[in-house]
Amino acid sequence: MLRVYLDHMATAPLDREVLSAMLPFLENRFGNPSRPYDLGSEAKQAIERARESVARLINASPGEIIFTSSGAEANNLAVRGLAKANAGRGMHLITSEIEHHSTLNAFRSLQKEGYVVTFLPVNAYGEVSVEKLESAITDSTTLVSVMLANYEVGTLQAVREIAQIAHERGALVHTDAVAAAGNIEIDVKKLGVDALSLSAHTMYGPKGAGALYLREGLRIVPLIYSGIQEEGRRGGTENVAGIAGFGRAAELALKHLDKVERIRWLRDKLIEGVLEVEKVELTGHPEKRLPNHASFIVESVDGEALMMALSFEGIYIGNGTACISQVLRASPILLAMGYPAQRAQCSAIFTLGRETSKRDIEYVLSKFPDVVGKLRRISPLWNE
Amino acid sequence: MPKQPEIKFVEGIVADAVEDVVYRMCPMHLMRLEERMKELRKGQILELQTDYEGALVDIPDWCRKTGNELIGVEDTGEFFKFYIKKTVD
Repeated sequence: MLRVYLDHMATAPLDREVLSAMLPFLENRFGNPSRPYDLGSEAKQAIERARESVARLINASPGEIIFTSSGAEANNLAVRGLAKANAGRGMHLITSEIEHHSTLNAFRSLQKEGYVVTFLPVNAYGEVSVEKLESAITDSTTLVSVMLANYEVGTLQAVREIAQIAHERGALVHTDAVAAAGNIEIDVKKLGVDALSLSAHTMYGPKGAGALYLREGLRIVPLIYSGIQEEGRRGGTENVAGIAGFGRAAELALKHLDKVERIRWLRDKLIEGVLEVEKVELTGHPEKRLPNHASFIVESVDGEALMMALSFEGIYIGNGTACISQVLRASPILLAMGYPAQRAQCSAIFTLGRETSKRDIEYVLSKFPDVVGKLRRISPLWNE
Repeated sequence: MPKQPEIKFVEGIVADAVEDVVYRMCPMHLMRLEERMKELRKGQILELQTDYEGALVDIPDWCRKTGNELIGVEDTGEFFKFYIKKTVD
């Protein structure tokens, strides 16, 4: 049976070149990067090389990259660290209703500490309303955080415009670029953001490695207290192998950005084929979306049941952000977009990768109608 | 805790270079102090900004050990500004 993995938003397979870059630091080159002897300094050099590669991916300077344990930690550090560092100026913060849990819950934790948080609504495509931002922002707003692309519906946000509005009022801007990185070109200078989160494992790197871009000259209150690691901004002995792998993954992501058009073409073939099945609807914006992302509501078919049934055919898809899907039946993102709860349970997310082939898409399209048909026949909601 | 040395509190000093290590963890204030002082010429002044209270002990100690002059400290309420004059090459 063919195995077709189309859940790259949950995680991507580890690239072999990434593994090769990591292995020396899991074997003989095990030194602590804070030690000045050769075993330590070669680990330190590996970290600094990786910092340069990650910075290059987003057109930043190496000194603007803080390595973290994950995209979630990067989001937490940005939200809590920037809010705390600027509390003297104001206690109002703005984010959107469709952020990842690591952003939403970081904001919720600040609400308990006396901060006032505005959660911006989205339209039916999952776009954050720029007009609503303009009316919500005040002179005491210190931080606006809106993701670059949504994991579940693929919609790209107007981050550049959002940054301009925020900066006019003196607020800083953070964007979660975990879903976008490696799938579209990212330039922190063109976007005009002050902070941006990345994760290695969604771009063919290892799990356990992330990074926060923080514009030079900005202060941030740390989350993890220790000593000199990451220039005194993130404590803990560095995950040298993970960081080395992240660096290689960033280099490969940049190199493979020219494959985006081929992926977009395959994605469009997939959308076209899936929509041939009756009562299937594309979610998210039809054009302003990640080029590897196709998401649907398959009426009367529970998203989790579809995900499992397709896996028995060797096809792996998603049905919501990994941490949401296990707990809630209905997607909070689809609910925020205005879908009723019953339909928001029927989410199916296909995210392609650079290894995805035409044969893979043809195989998925050969199985999808039958699997949906079988599930609908046993669904109490399906009315033929 | 070592005895806190006497510190002169000042205002309005103009420095030749500024180093901001506010919210950065100890010992970044000492590491950056040493790096930046190497870049300055004799007679120039560094303004080092830190919120770390231990710096009130460490920086006077560092100045005594290296022979540089601690002109004084400004307390902004949020962080300290240490003014250090390079008096030795």
